Amino acid sequence: MIAPLEMYLAIGAVLFASGAFCVATRRNAVMILMGVELILNSANVNLVAFNRFMPGGMDGQLFAIFVIIMAASEAAVALAIILNIYNNLKTIDVDEADSLKG
Amino acid sequence: MEQTLLKITFYAFAAMTVFSAIAVALTRRVVYAAFSLLFTFFGVAGLYAFLSADFLAAAQVLIYVGGILVLLLFGVMLTHRITPMELKAGSIQVVPAALVSLLLLGLLLAVAFRTSWPTSPGPGGPTTEGIGRALLGEYVLPFELSSILLLAALIGAAMLARREVR
Repeated sequence: MIAPLEMYLAIGAVLFASGAFCVATRRNAVMILMGVELILNSANVNLVAFNRFMPGGMDGQLFAIFVIIMAASEAAVALAIILNIYNNLKTIDVDEADSLKG
Repeated sequence: MEQTLLKITFYAFAAMTVFSAIAVALTRRVVYAAFSLLFTFFGVAGLYAFLSADFLAAAQVLIYVGGILVLLLFGVMLTHRITPMELKAGSIQVVPAALVSLLLLGLLLAVAFRTSWPTSPGPGGPTTEGIGRALLGEYVLPFELSSILLLAALIGAAMLARREVR
């Protein structure tokens, strides 16, 4: 069975909207990171769906693989930064880490 | 019969993805959000399988569920004292953010449903061989560059997260 392309695009749109909402409203740095992961996943769903419905090559899936690689390294570095902030400030509220604010 | 079963499975995966993503956005507890994210990632892996992207489905489970989610849970555990009060995450600017993300959602849905996409799916089938050939052929430069990126991320994360030894 092949669901219509619009179905996948709608799922991607919902994932993107939830991720954007999560990034915009949360103050906990780990939650913001989860929102970013949701946004990256929505992009991946769209890429793979377009790759399936517009035949001729694997470009969409390869782009999705590179997005996954980027998401993995981004999560590792971001969590290291969050741990550092926690060790220094004893909080991961992003509003508290404002010592560089002018 | 088989078609109906496939349809039910597809809609189950789609509903799992969508509702757990919304739960991630709306829940107030970090641990709940992390476990909802687990279901989102599994649902997306199922959608990849339905799009006959078998390699990506496996990679999604291995990397996102096995790697990134465990990393996120480590982050949650390491940065919180384990008390219910601390595990809540405050929210700010909820109303404007809700407005903007609902507008974005409407825009994306309008684009998705009003455009007449060319909808002639290809033959499908296993993709691993094609991905391997493309990675070592046309895409060999980004492939090698991504190995450098991963090495840099590994070293950078280890350097940032280690304790100072005096």
